[in-house]
Amino acid sequence: MTAAKAENPKPIITLDNVTRSFGSVQALRGVTAEIREGEFFSLLGPSGCGKTTLLRMIAGFDEPTSGAITLDGKPMAGIAANHRPTNMVFQSYAIFPHLSVADNVGYGLKKKRLPKAEYDREVEEALKMVSLGGYGPRAAHTLSGGQRQRVALARALIMRPKVILLDEPLSALDKKLREQMQIELRRLQRSVGITFILVTHDQEEALIMSDRIAVMFDGQIAQLDSPEALYRKPNTQRVASFIGVMNFLEARPIGEKGDKISLDIQALGLLDIPASALPEGMAASEISRVGVRPEMMSIVLEGAKSTGHDIEAEIAEAEYYGDMTYYLVKLSGKDEPVTISMRNTAGRAVLEAGSKTRVSFSPESIVVFQ
Amino acid sequence: MDVQNEGRKGLLLVSPTFLYAILLLAAPLILVVMFSFWTQDYLDLDTTPTLANYKEAWSEPLYRELMLRSLRISVLVTTVTVLSAFPVAYYVSFRVKERKALWLFLITAPFWTSYLLRVFLWKVILGYNGVFNSALLWTGIIEEPLQFILYNVNAVVITLAHAWAPFAILPIFVALEKIDRSLLEAAEDLGDGPVRRFFRVTLPLAIPGVMAATLIVLIPTVGDFITPRLVGGTEGLMISNMIQVQFGKANNAPLGAALAVSSMFIVGGLSLLIFLASRRVGRVAGE
Repeated sequence: MTAAKAENPKPIITLDNVTRSFGSVQALRGVTAEIREGEFFSLLGPSGCGKTTLLRMIAGFDEPTSGAITLDGKPMAGIAANHRPTNMVFQSYAIFPHLSVADNVGYGLKKKRLPKAEYDREVEEALKMVSLGGYGPRAAHTLSGGQRQRVALARALIMRPKVILLDEPLSALDKKLREQMQIELRRLQRSVGITFILVTHDQEEALIMSDRIAVMFDGQIAQLDSPEALYRKPNTQRVASFIGVMNFLEARPIGEKGDKISLDIQALGLLDIPASALPEGMAASEISRVGVRPEMMSIVLEGAKSTGHDIEAEIAEAEYYGDMTYYLVKLSGKDEPVTISMRNTAGRAVLEAGSKTRVSFSPESIVVFQ
Repeated sequence: MDVQNEGRKGLLLVSPTFLYAILLLAAPLILVVMFSFWTQDYLDLDTTPTLANYKEAWSEPLYRELMLRSLRISVLVTTVTVLSAFPVAYYVSFRVKERKALWLFLITAPFWTSYLLRVFLWKVILGYNGVFNSALLWTGIIEEPLQFILYNVNAVVITLAHAWAPFAILPIFVALEKIDRSLLEAAEDLGDGPVRRFFRVTLPLAIPGVMAATLIVLIPTVGDFITPRLVGGTEGLMISNMIQVQFGKANNAPLGAALAVSSMFIVGGLSLLIFLASRRVGRVAGE
């Protein structure tokens, strides 16, 4: 996010206690959030968490049971999708099969009755934006999955909406193409400056692309934060295990000394951690568990000096990923092994299962939970 | 050896179907075509090939009039049937959420009685002392029974449109069911109201169904002869009634055959034209 936006984060969409019930099923249980103008916002959660329902309500395909959605200062209740300044990229892309690529992209422009030359220029510009320049005359059904996705995007961009809504747009693409599109989408969003709202169940995708992410569980926002804050300071165990891998250890608060909290942690022993690790509104006495990310621990190499915080351990399993090795490591005092990731830098051998070693960690990287 | 065996086996497997196709489809058609080049000589058939029957079929004003009337009536029937079938199909596809199968089942319910019976029922409804006239008289809307509703073209159109309705509803329904609903949402999302969306997305994508319905209704109704005979009066008679007369009372099967083959080609040509036109419409409508 650029500095200007951070200083003056004007909300483009305000969600005020939005709920949605389908019969006896509560799909959304009161969602309150502000989405800022020009940001790349993601709704991340497992299937059935209500993220798509929320997106469809912003688009105007569905109405909240209670609560209000405000878009660019105007309440959206009763306003149909065709009168909202939003455009959607559908999961299935919804490319009109009976139209050419150009007619698909220009579909929404037709209503404006532009002169032919101007219309053609706009369509070609939109196609160029998604690297499909010259594809206009092609029939829509001849396109590949990735190309359809681009056409769907161009069709939304050409409308110059206030907000573009993306409903799992990359889920149908293969891994390579998906990774390429993630970066491309992000770059495109920055260059056009339109607010993007992405719905995804892929935490990695959300982390790569978003300015801010709302993690949703059971029809509610569990945490709304920047990708880094979500990863480093998840406020619940559920968020922590949904985003990346987290090793959980039992912990007991012993006391507070100034800006330090003393904890008795399973397998790690007595430790002082910075008081800043404590989430807002939580007291040190409420701590019952801590979490450590796999890359925040490391296996101490043979002959290296102890950093002060290291413990005896035994490798239970090693999973080799090429650039990384994921070790399942048994710490003394904990039955379940913890996951530790190590970069396979030059000269570092992969340790075999059964080898005894030592694990070091830094108290600053410890996250606390209720 | 093996290949030969396999070939023989294939031939054996396909032969029942093949025999069926030859005996029931190709043979009667070939016979009719052959007849059309012969001449009736009282009780005998003169099998010297001649084009005289075709000359008569295409030059006699009566036949031309009957053929044109048949086309006019069946085009009218088709238009009425398809236009009235579309809303029904649309309703079942888009508005009915549960028990679609039951709806389709009920649409086909009239087919449990014979075609002839249904035509007679229309006679009862549309007749001088029929249900329709009685009701209008009773309510005082008219003082004398209406006479223009039976024994003319209107009656033929009403009867045929009713009889063929399910054949038009089903293909249109299938085409509408196949439309990806997210396409409709996309059209709305891009600014279309319900009417624009219908003409730009729903209708062009339903064209294959509409075309199938059109052909399914048009082709057999050109050749229908029961309905015009029973409810059409004299001005409602069609080409098939003449073909029937030629094969029967007039004892001129070759002329009847020539009329039949001619009308077959005309209907074939018309169907081809409709097919080509609908493809164009489908392509242009969405723009």
